[in-house]
Amino acid sequence: MSEPTARHRELGLTDSEYELIVEKLGREPNAVELAMFSLLWSEHCAYKHSRKLLRRLPTEGPRVVMGPGENAGAVDVGSGHAVAFKVESHNHPSAVEPFQGAATGVGGILRDVFAIGARPIAVLDSLRFGELDSVRSRHLLDGAVRGIGHYGNSIGVPTVGGEIYFEEPYEHNCLVNAMCIGFAKTEEMVRAAAAGVGNAVVLMGATTGRDGIGGASVLASAELGEGDDAKRPTVQVGDPFEESKVLECCLELLAKGLLVSLQDLGAAGLTSSAGEMASAGGVGIDIDVAAVPLREADMEPFEIMVSESQERMLAVVEPGRVAEVRAVCEKWQTGSAEIGVVTDSGRIRILKGGEVVGDMPVEALVDGCPLYDLEPAAPEGWIYGNRETLSSDAGSEETLLALLAAPSIASKKWVFQQYDAVVGSRTVRRPESADAAVLQLPESGNAIAVSIDGNGRRVACEPYNGTVEAVLECAQNLACVGAEPLGLTNCLNFGNPEKPVTAWQLDRAVSGLAAICEELGVPVVGGNVSLYNEGPDGPIYPTPVVAMVGELPDPARTAPSSFAREGDAIGLLGPFAPTLHGSELAKQRGELEAGLPEPDVAAVAATCATVREAVRAGRVASAHDVSDGGLACALAECAIGAGVGCRADLQDLRERGCSPEEALFGEGPGGFVLSGGRAELEALGALVIGEVGGTTIELAAGDRSLIVGLTDATEVWRSLDARAEAVA
Amino acid sequence: MIWGVLQFPGSCDEQDALHACEVVGDEARLVWHEERDLGGVDGVVVPGGFSYGDYLRAGAIARFSPAMEAVAELAAAGGPVLGICNGFQVLCEAGLLPGALLRNQELRFICKQTDLLDADGRTLSIPIKHGEGRYYAPEGMLDALEANGQVAYRYADGHNANGSSRDIAGVRNERGNVVGLMPHPEHAVDPLTGSTDGRVVFEDLERFAT
Repeated sequence: MSEPTARHRELGLTDSEYELIVEKLGREPNAVELAMFSLLWSEHCAYKHSRKLLRRLPTEGPRVVMGPGENAGAVDVGSGHAVAFKVESHNHPSAVEPFQGAATGVGGILRDVFAIGARPIAVLDSLRFGELDSVRSRHLLDGAVRGIGHYGNSIGVPTVGGEIYFEEPYEHNCLVNAMCIGFAKTEEMVRAAAAGVGNAVVLMGATTGRDGIGGASVLASAELGEGDDAKRPTVQVGDPFEESKVLECCLELLAKGLLVSLQDLGAAGLTSSAGEMASAGGVGIDIDVAAVPLREADMEPFEIMVSESQERMLAVVEPGRVAEVRAVCEKWQTGSAEIGVVTDSGRIRILKGGEVVGDMPVEALVDGCPLYDLEPAAPEGWIYGNRETLSSDAGSEETLLALLAAPSIASKKWVFQQYDAVVGSRTVRRPESADAAVLQLPESGNAIAVSIDGNGRRVACEPYNGTVEAVLECAQNLACVGAEPLGLTNCLNFGNPEKPVTAWQLDRAVSGLAAICEELGVPVVGGNVSLYNEGPDGPIYPTPVVAMVGELPDPARTAPSSFAREGDAIGLLGPFAPTLHGSELAKQRGELEAGLPEPDVAAVAATCATVREAVRAGRVASAHDVSDGGLACALAECAIGAGVGCRADLQDLRERGCSPEEALFGEGPGGFVLSGGRAELEALGALVIGEVGGTTIELAAGDRSLIVGLTDATEVWRSLDARAEAVA
Repeated sequence: MIWGVLQFPGSCDEQDALHACEVVGDEARLVWHEERDLGGVDGVVVPGGFSYGDYLRAGAIARFSPAMEAVAELAAAGGPVLGICNGFQVLCEAGLLPGALLRNQELRFICKQTDLLDADGRTLSIPIKHGEGRYYAPEGMLDALEANGQVAYRYADGHNANGSSRDIAGVRNERGNVVGLMPHPEHAVDPLTGSTDGRVVFEDLERFAT
């Protein structure tokens, strides 16, 4: 290779990819073109190792308003309204600089949602860190939580839910997945396709600087390792105030019908937004970098084209309406500049004043990247570590307290209290008050529920079944508040797909996701893929984070997760057959191994329907799904939340082949803890196992029976506050 | 009566405040921060949020807006003015209310349902959500506020989450027509979202409308 072309390797392109670019252009690319190709042909933008797999996912359904390929997916919620939603990762930026990484993760996902004309009404987050006893993990947790709060609180969008797991494999490569929910009148929504030859291309919002240059290729599409501090300049810096102005400005522009189309600037900045708008519309775009408002006057054309400066939007506007558009931008005190024009050339041309500095076919730039087949190979057994923190000789009481104290199970109040959960006046169920967040929609007279889940440890045990379980967990959470699933989105967080074991995990997980969505009849309306999540010690747990949005007819008819009344009966409903495979207890004992039982999907789905209808009809006083830490932890959580004890007999689980230990602490899908009138629970088909009352949690399970004081259980479950505060 | 709800760039809770005014049976409309004329409203709500990003100091820039000049005139004429959270900070910065709001004692943003006591001893369940909500005034001023009955709301025992002096959650001016508080009464007007106790905060000010 000659000296100038070796540059492509630094930018993350392979030699054969470079040769393909030369072939498509009919010449060597110049520096501007090479920079643009390297970004749009990165894993982050081109999905080159995942796109073929994603074709397996079912994406259609009667309620789908927008599916994959748009800035966000959307489903119909009735009365001419739609709910938009999307999850996106900001893992590597957060691992390098957690505050700004997480903040701009929220900023980016908000823009995706208002880019289609939906007003953001809620944010949820799915976070993964190393164990909490690591100083680095506490630093990342603290920074990410502050960053999410800084952005979401300042912009006036409530953070209504989420989940956090702490596991060793995320020590070097934390995960920060942010989800945004938007609400819109369906007829006012807008797509991202550029249209109308001669129309103006207007850049709105913040000025363009040197921040985040190469973020998508250098940071997001390679493994983390030594020297990551040097990557800090590739992390963007967020300004929620600017975003708030741009948000209001864009929604006003759309409401006035002044925009032909709208697109946010995310990874790869102007390059990807202009390229994708042109590609979607089957047109060309000319961009004059000399017209782009800059933070630093001496920026090179390639820097302007690839800058990832935040809080910017790109719009296509009819020439006669540009003045009106700019007047609305001025009202909101945000920038606007006419930087280009829609052409019929089918090419992206970059100009600097009168001089052409880049000229590429849209098709080659946006859709020309080769897609790769994975070369999966199943691992032999458990490839991650094991660390014993709890002796297998520990008594039942000690075990229950150790599980409740596990950071992944303990109350996350310390986290969610740092987020505004109420702005917008829609939040009917705040974090930890129910299994899913519930938001009322007075405009359409109903409500939606949202849940986000993904237990990477269980997916690591068996990627197919683990992913199926993650979707079932979401469905169960929605059922607990009386909601019926409308659509699903996901963020696939995996290691390096060029490695056979990771390829196998990814392949199996996507197959599981496709199968369960098909079986439940829930369309996948969008998604995001984050690969190369590895540290020096190897890959993260394979972590498909799935988020489900459901509808409920009456926001007043939802159930809390905690018990409601002393004296109520406690029922266990569903095909729950717990084992220690992949459980929190197996983790604490250092006994994790490959394998996970296959769930009875049809039976779980039927139980979800029963619970949903019972909640809507007010037949149960509380509903909580059995998840991490098993039935003992689920019962303890219901009791702690209510401030009242409970007594239950788990001996009948023997009939399901469970040992006393599995009955208490085993995990698996399909179980619901309900409370209410005994006759009502029996009529629903629940196994009545006990009663709410007293000041202890008393569980009969043969030789593993236990009695734990409610005060002691509450104390350990609430212990995250003090432990998370102990930063450094 | 008709409330005007100010809207600054960076306001967050203006729609919630608008809605709350309507829930208590009043009319309400948004007033853009650049309006020098309030358009004949009887009272004003300065809502929560992060006006102008609050990067300098909460409320420090918003106080200079044209609409705030009009609010000062309305206040001087005895009209009702309610500042909530960022609005309270703006009213303090503008000198319409005594004291100042400092960063929370724990240096973290806090969002939680909180019990307040109003001047009549009623307990109100209203959420707080702020990072700079620690009420501060010199000791002498605090004594004077208490002596004049200008402490409008206090956090109940165990509910002072931000470290405010003497548990003060909200204060009023001497005349009583200007009230500011850190908790968010506009987020406590609907039983579905947690509480309806916030309504009285709006209702108590209606008597100043002419």
